[in-house]
Parts: sequence; structure tokens; C-alpha cells
Amino acid sequence: MAASHHRLDLEDVGDVTVAAFIDKKILDESNIQVIGNQMFSLVEDDGRRKIVLDFGNVEYLSSAALGKLIVMDKKVKAANGQLRMCAVRPDIYEVFRITKLNKLFTIFDTRDLALEGF
Amino acid sequence: MTSTSDFAISVPSDTSQARQVQDRIIELLEKREFSERDLFGVRLALEEALVNAIKHGNGMDPTKQVYVDCQFTDDRVRIVIQDEGGGFDSSTVPDPTAEENLDKPGGRGIMLMKAFMSHVEYNDVGNRLLLEKLRDEPEEDDD
Repeated sequence: MAASHHRLDLEDVGDVTVAAFIDKKILDESNIQVIGNQMFSLVEDDGRRKIVLDFGNVEYLSSAALGKLIVMDKKVKAANGQLRMCAVRPDIYEVFRITKLNKLFTIFDTRDLALEGF
Repeated sequence: MTSTSDFAISVPSDTSQARQVQDRIIELLEKREFSERDLFGVRLALEEALVNAIKHGNGMDPTKQVYVDCQFTDDRVRIVIQDEGGGFDSSTVPDPTAEENLDKPGGRGIMLMKAFMSHVEYNDVGNRLLLEKLRDEPEEDDD
């Protein structure tokens, strides 16, 4: 599989890891699988505890992608870490709002705001 | 009244082929100048519906087909998606927004379809889905 094909752009800012989704559309099942594994690896393999997921590029995502975000949130919390999200477009935020995931996730308008006080 | 854009097609249980149908419908809506918000909602609903039909309906069986019938009028699009599976009872899908389900990964596709489309209806068996979208609906305040 194309597991080595990175779907996240990583940047370390102090002790915080910013992971930006590369894809505009997070729809395809195999792609979602790869993205999920790369996200989980940040916590499980790299031991990162403060993670910001940057949605700046993301125009579409499906419920399968939401599933991965929920699992990621659980994994980070289980590791006593913190997960923040940022730069979510209004349409995508609407998806979070409808599914009430805006109550589960910590979402900031911009990357800078997400990093502030993290 | 029928439109020249109307079409019906059968595709095998393959998400990339289903996505081509999705793209075709979105292109036709773009030509008809549906708003960006409408396009977002229809694309999301189609994605969820087609993946459900292929994965849960046809069980990814490549010998089974998904049938898509699409009809346009000036102010709406009406899409019927049917799979060859045994169906399901949509009323038994747990509410993913309930407190105890909020952190569970599944079950949000149908909810998103209902939120973004004007009308969503399964047949009694649960293997045929009607999706209807009216142009530029005023935003519903469901809080």
C-alpha cells in the first residue's frame, strides 16, 4: 500500500506538532485509511502529545473521515495529550456542527490562535 | 417535465466509478448555477449514499451494481440510488449525536445526508434511497 505516501505536512512549533492535511478532498476510503494511520502514528509511534490539525486545504470530507478524527481525538486523550483543530472552512465546520463534533473537538479559527497558550 | 440532462446509469460496486457519477451530477448542477453551498451538500450526500450502497448494500461485491437515476428541473435535482443488497431499517441506526455515541466513529453518513439535502427517503426494504435538493434553501435553524 501507499502508506509511505504522506498525506500530512508536519511542522514542529516548540513542543507542538502542527499537522496540515494536504488533500482538498478527504473522501476516498484508502486515502482516509492512510491519513488515519499517519495521524495515529504521531501519538502512538512518535509520542507526540500536543497536536494541531490544520484543515486549511480541506474542502470536502466524509463521515468516514470524521470517524478517523474521532478515533484520533480518543487516542490523544488516552495518552494525556491535547488535540486542537484549526482553519476549518465554514462548510466543514457545518459538518462538525451538524454531527455535534464541535462539542467534542477543540476548534480554533487560525493556526496562530490554536498555538496560542498551547 | 424531463430535462435533457436527466440520466440513469448502473455502475459496479467500485467507489472510483461511483465518484465519476458524482462528478457528472455536480457538473450539471454547476452549469445550472446552483450555489457553492448546495454543491457542497449534494456532493457530500452523494458520497455518503454511494459509499453506503457499495459497501453496506452490495458488500463491495464487484458483480453487483448500483443504479443511479438523476432528474433535474430548474430548481431541484432528484437522485435515486439503488443497490442490490438486502436493505436495512434506517430507523434502527443509533443517533450519533447522543452523548453516549458522540465519541463513536460510525453512523454519521445518513445524518449528514438529511442535514444537507431537502428530502431524504429510503424505501421500506432500505436498498433504495431518494435524495432531493431544492436550489438555495434558506438556512434551517435547528438548534
